[in-house]
Amino acid sequence: MGLRLPSKVLEHILSFIDSNEDRNSVSLVCKSWFETERKTRKRVFVGNCYAVSPAAVAKRFPEVRSLTLKGKPHFADYNLVPDGWGGYAWPWIEAMAAKCPSLEEIRLKRMVVTDECLEKIAASFKDFKVLVLTSCEGFSTDGIAAIAATCRNLRVLELRECIVEDLGGDWLSYFPETSTSLVSLDFSCLDSEVKISDLERLVSRSPNLKSLKLNPAVTLDGLVSLLRRAPQLTELGTGSFAAQLKPEAFSKLSEAFSNCKQLQSLSGLWDVLPEYLPALYSVCPGLTSLNLSYATVRMPDLVELLRRCSKLQKLWVMDLIEDKGLEAVASYCKELRELRVFPSAPDLDEANIPLTEQGLVFVSKGCRKLESVLYFCVQFTNAALLTIARKRPNLKCFRLCVIEPFAPDYKTNEPLDKGFKAIAEGCKDLRRLSVSGLLSDKAFKYIGKHAKKVRMLSIAFAGDSDLMLHHLLSGCESLKKLEIRDCPFGDTALLEHAAKLETMRSLWMSSCFVSFGACKLLSQKMPRLNVEVIDEHPPETRPESSPVERIYIYRTVAGPRMDTPEFVWTIHKNPEIGVSHLAIK
Amino acid sequence: MEVINGLNLKDTELRLGLPGAQEEQQQEVSCVRSNKRKNNDSKEESAPSPAKTQIVGWPPVRSNRKNNNKNVSYVKVSMDGAPYLRKIDLKMYKNYPELLKALENMFKFTVGEYSEREGYKGSGFVPTYEDKDGDWMLVGDVPWDMFSSSCQKLRIMKGSEVPPAL
Repeated sequence: MGLRLPSKVLEHILSFIDSNEDRNSVSLVCKSWFETERKTRKRVFVGNCYAVSPAAVAKRFPEVRSLTLKGKPHFADYNLVPDGWGGYAWPWIEAMAAKCPSLEEIRLKRMVVTDECLEKIAASFKDFKVLVLTSCEGFSTDGIAAIAATCRNLRVLELRECIVEDLGGDWLSYFPETSTSLVSLDFSCLDSEVKISDLERLVSRSPNLKSLKLNPAVTLDGLVSLLRRAPQLTELGTGSFAAQLKPEAFSKLSEAFSNCKQLQSLSGLWDVLPEYLPALYSVCPGLTSLNLSYATVRMPDLVELLRRCSKLQKLWVMDLIEDKGLEAVASYCKELRELRVFPSAPDLDEANIPLTEQGLVFVSKGCRKLESVLYFCVQFTNAALLTIARKRPNLKCFRLCVIEPFAPDYKTNEPLDKGFKAIAEGCKDLRRLSVSGLLSDKAFKYIGKHAKKVRMLSIAFAGDSDLMLHHLLSGCESLKKLEIRDCPFGDTALLEHAAKLETMRSLWMSSCFVSFGACKLLSQKMPRLNVEVIDEHPPETRPESSPVERIYIYRTVAGPRMDTPEFVWTIHKNPEIGVSHLAIK
Repeated sequence: MEVINGLNLKDTELRLGLPGAQEEQQQEVSCVRSNKRKNNDSKEESAPSPAKTQIVGWPPVRSNRKNNNKNVSYVKVSMDGAPYLRKIDLKMYKNYPELLKALENMFKFTVGEYSEREGYKGSGFVPTYEDKDGDWMLVGDVPWDMFSSSCQKLRIMKGSEVPPAL
């Protein structure tokens, strides 16, 4: 005898379920649960904007309030994806505007957003509250002005590392005098100076403002004046921290900071002069997040600052911190969960900073809560990796970038296989892994076997043969995103494990030895995969066995996309049509 | 086309290569497999690939981070005959006159009058620098920005060591 749960009751139950993973499971139970779930889902996340059509999403989730989309592959961040590849926000905005006018929040990552998109958002969603654009491009400050001017209840406007056509600082003045709802404003990626008086007034009339991230054009004087008006801030991104050092300027700055008793997160600090760092000392004890990765400050000054940050959980810094500085972090910042160390001199021939594997070993030993690491270093050792794995089995994210490609363990001259084996085996909760340095196929056998929870894996300049890919695709149970560059595998492993690709969100391969023929075969074999060949030269002008420059493979229920540029070749499912790049004018 | 003080410097530029050849650019390679694999037996130092090649998208840092180093640019300065070297931050100066003045103050000398034809005349001191290719160049020939981004070291040569051609 089946009992049917009244949909009102089910709705009520589902209102307690936020996680989309759980909601996806709920929707698979039966048709009526699918229906109830879809009508009540408020937050929709689409990890690959080409995996599903905007119309289908808008239709399925009419009550959506928050939409998060991701576009280009991650390697686009490092200029490996040519401009014009795709990832256009417009079709999504259009579909949402038509079917989901109650949409309040849009978060986009690595997408092309035009001013037209922004104007459409402003015009279509009456209660629009949150716009977060991360690593997006294609719009100008005019589009931002439209959002500022029209969205009466705007709470969050964040432009994170976007490439914006900056037509001047006027956009800020488009916030109407009646707008008092701002909670978070981030314009750190814009170049132009905004009128400080406009900004002061905006801040003064926004009592709920908790997060403010300024662009480098805002001076120290401006900062002081803003801090005075917003002592309630919990997150601050300073503007440029360079100015002539005047005694009164310094004490004003110090005072302004000391009045911000709720400050937890600090970033910006471009061009910071070491003499100004003491102005920050008063907020250090309360800081949980500190981004010094744009501050070219040397180790002794960094240590003076960091030893006061006993509550720090997240630290982003440049390798100027050196091993010694990280040793200090290990002893003072016992709450540290996330560490990112960026290279100050990304060019290989300039690397001469005293940061070695030892720095990371110090932090791994001293910071028991460390779970997320991004570390750039010229070279590394297996011994260090073994220590890190042993000390920090709780690591969830481990991204090591050995800057010197193919660099072996510099003490033993062996590949780093043993070290990464220890990481894969020891860190059982590892979700994200980036490997580098000299690695043989064996390393990937270990990773395939032990990295059971890894969802995202990044590989560069590694492996010996097809075995490498074979190990990964036959293991790594939880793998969702795989990105590989400059590795010597070819067609065999890829074709053998075609089915695995449908269990993943995407696979990126560049400068490997996969042939066009294999791509065609794969595409014909797997109807629900889009196989995109990204190559300057038409693949048909070369023998089928010659390797292609870049391949992007992703599962989709939307079929081949219609907006590919000239250099993206999609193998048509219909063998008669063959290869084409379908472009819409 | 670069025109400084009314002169087209490219016309008189001395360099190796056929006339009319394109200015040498840093080669970008997308795949460095062929010349980079380390041999376990080899005792080779882990040296970077030839200075001129740059790997696309490597190391994996976003472009806004690559410009980071612009803020600090310390280079060593040696003066012939001086007991020890000094360091200056090139970012502190916006043009050649500022830099030369700072050097003059630091080492207590005066540099001569600069002209493209004859270099520095009048004092016996000639400011030179080592560029990214490892070549020693006369300070002042190229635009300031180009100089400050390629200058690795400075050396102030004294009159007696200076070849007549400079």
